[in-house]
Amino acid sequence: MPKRVGMEVSIAVAETVGLCNADVISAYPITPQTHIVEHLAEMVANGELDAEFIPVESEHSAMSACLGSSATGARTFTATAGQGLELMHEVLYVASSMRLPIVMAVANRALSAPLSVWGDHSDVMAVRDTGWIQIFTENGQEALDNIICAFRMAEDKNVLLPVMVHIDGFYLTHMIEPMLLPDRVDVNKYLPPNDYPLPLWPEKPVAMGDFAPPVLYSEAKKAQEVAMGASKKYILQHWAEFGKQFGRNYHPVECYNCENATTFLFTMGSFSETAMTAVDELKRKGQNIGLVRIRLWRPFPYAELREALKNAETLIVLDRALSSGLGGPVCSEVKSALYGQPKMPKIANFIGGIGGRDITPEGFIEIINRGIEISHGTKENEFEFYGVRG
Amino acid sequence: MAKSESEITWKDLNIGCIVTEPGNASAYRTGAWRSQRPVLDTNKCIRCGLCYIFCPEGCIKLDEKDQYFKADLYHCKGCGICAKECKPKAITMVEEEE
Amino acid sequence: MATSVTTKSQLYEVRWHGRGGQGAVTSAELVAQAAINEGKYGQAFPSFGPERRGAPVVAFVRVNQSQPIRIRAEITTPDAVVVLDPGLLQVVNVTNGLKPDGIVIVNTKKTPDQIRSEFNIIFELATVNATKIAKEILGVNIVNTTMVGALLKATGLVQIDSLIEPLRSRFGKLADKNFASMKTAFEQTVIKEKE
Repeated sequence: MPKRVGMEVSIAVAETVGLCNADVISAYPITPQTHIVEHLAEMVANGELDAEFIPVESEHSAMSACLGSSATGARTFTATAGQGLELMHEVLYVASSMRLPIVMAVANRALSAPLSVWGDHSDVMAVRDTGWIQIFTENGQEALDNIICAFRMAEDKNVLLPVMVHIDGFYLTHMIEPMLLPDRVDVNKYLPPNDYPLPLWPEKPVAMGDFAPPVLYSEAKKAQEVAMGASKKYILQHWAEFGKQFGRNYHPVECYNCENATTFLFTMGSFSETAMTAVDELKRKGQNIGLVRIRLWRPFPYAELREALKNAETLIVLDRALSSGLGGPVCSEVKSALYGQPKMPKIANFIGGIGGRDITPEGFIEIINRGIEISHGTKENEFEFYGVRG
Repeated sequence: MAKSESEITWKDLNIGCIVTEPGNASAYRTGAWRSQRPVLDTNKCIRCGLCYIFCPEGCIKLDEKDQYFKADLYHCKGCGICAKECKPKAITMVEEEE
Repeated sequence: MATSVTTKSQLYEVRWHGRGGQGAVTSAELVAQAAINEGKYGQAFPSFGPERRGAPVVAFVRVNQSQPIRIRAEITTPDAVVVLDPGLLQVVNVTNGLKPDGIVIVNTKKTPDQIRSEFNIIFELATVNATKIAKEILGVNIVNTTMVGALLKATGLVQIDSLIEPLRSRFGKLADKNFASMKTAFEQTVIKEKE
C-alpha cells in the first residue's frame, strides 16, 4: 500500500532510489542537491539500502565513476546541480554516446557568476545537446514518480540512454509537501532488474569507449540519434504502464485550461503550479488563458507541442534561463518547433525567475498581460526581463 | 572483422560502439610502420633477455625451439631500443627492403 | 481566540521568524506534517539559501484544508507570523505583508499590551513566555516546538494531538517532553484583539 507522507522532496527522492534498489551511487554534494545524496549515504551506511556509495572528489569524477559502474550492468544513480552539472559536462556526452543507462536527479540551480545557489534552469539549458533523455517535474510526487520511470526507461534494451530528472532547486528539493510513497512490492512489479546487454565482465570481455576515425564517427552518431528518436515510443509506453499501475499519468506536453484558449502561457518545472493559480484567478475574472508545459524536454516533443498550440494566436513563453546573446533558450526551441506551422502565434518571451527570484501568481498575471501587450505591438527586443529593477 | 572500415553502416555498429572482440587491436599490422628491422646475430647473443625486457611493444618473444629471443615482425615498429640495449651488440637495425 | 482557520479562506499562510539554529524550519515542518497526517495539504520550507547560526531566518508553512497547494514562492502576505526570539522585533519587520486580520504570535515575557506599545503593533497579538516553559520542561532555551503550541492556540490550524506522530519521528525519546512543552504553551498563550 502506498503511504501518504509529509516529507522533504529530496528525502523522498532518496527513499525512492532505495525502493528502486540502486546498486551504485557515486555523487559529490552541491547545494541544493545535498539532502538527496546525504540521505542516500545514510541509507547505505545503516544497511537500509544494499548498494555501493562511492564518495568522489568532484562531479567530473562522480559521472566518470557512474560510467564505470553502469558499464558493468549495475543500476547506477547520481545527483547534481548547477556548477556540478557543468563540471561533469564532457562526461555527460560520453555517458549517452556509450549508451549507459545512468539516472541522474538534477536539482536545477543557477550558474555563476555571480555565485548563486538558488534555483533556475540555466544548468539544464547548458546540457541540451548532451544526448540524455530529460524530464521536467513540477511537484514532489512527480519527482519521485519519475525517478522510478527514469530507471525503467533508461534500462529498457530498446532505449539504453541515460536519463536526467529535473527537480527545481529549493522550490522542490527543500519543500516539505505531501506525497504518496509507493510500496516496494509495487515498484518491483513495475521495474525489472537491470540487464545490460554487453556489460564489462571478465568472462565475456568487451572493449568500451574506443576511438573512431572520421570514416566511422558519423555512422556512430547516426546510430545514437536513431536510438534517441526511437526512445520516445518506449518513454510513452513506460509512462502509460506507470499510469496503469500507480494511477498517475505523465505526458510529453501537459496542458491546463487549454480548451477554447487562444492565448497561452508556457512554463516548465515547479513554477507551472504557481502559474496554474494565476490562470485560475484570471479565469474567475473572465480571461481565458491556456497553460502549456513541456515535461519531456529531450527527445523534444515536436508533435505534441504543435498539437497543444495549434489554436494559439498569442503565446507567452517564460524562460528561467538566458542564452546570452540569443534570448530565451526555451523560447527559441518553441519558435523553431512552430516554424512553418499553418498557424504561427505571436510570441512574447520573458526571462524571469532566475537565480531564485520568486514569481508569485500576481507576477504571472503581470507577465501574461504584458506579454499580450508586446506580442501585438512591434517588439524592440527578442525578449524582456521580468522583474528587474532599474 | 569481415567488413573494412569504410564499408561499415550505422546499423552494423553495436550499441555505444562496443567492441565485442576484445584485444582485436592486435590484428593491426603495426609491422608495416617500420623503416628498419632488428636482425639477430645468434653467434653474439648470450640469451640475457634484455631485449625482451626493454621492448616497449612486447614484440620480442622467446622462440621455444632454439631458445633465442626474436622480434615478432608482424608487430615490430622498428624503434631500435632492443639494438641499443643489447650488451654484446648482437642486434643490428637493418633498412627494410623494398 | 483568533478566528480558527476553518472560517478563513482555504489557504492559510504562516511565516516563522527565528535565528539560524533555533529550529524555525523544524517547527514549520512539524506543522505541515501534522496537517498532512490529518488528511489536509501542507507545505513547509525555509528561506532558501545558506544560513548561519544566529542570523535572522524565516521559514514558511502553508496549510490548505482540502486543495493541493500550488504556489511555489515565499509567503508575502501571511495570515500569521510567529516570532521565536523577542530580540528580532528590533531588527526585523516581522509584520511585513501581514494581512489586516492577521495575528502576531511572540515569545516574550512581556504582556501583549507592552509589546503592542513598544513595537507599535496594531494587529491581533498573542504572547507566551516560551523561553521560560522550554527551560523548565526541556532544560534548554530552544523554543521552536513550544511555540507550535502558541500558534495552535492562536489559530487552530491543526489539532495539537496531530503533532504527536511528527514529534516522535523527529525527536524519538525527546518527543514527549517537547509535546508537554507545546501543550503548556498552548494553555498559557494570551491573545489580545487588534486595535
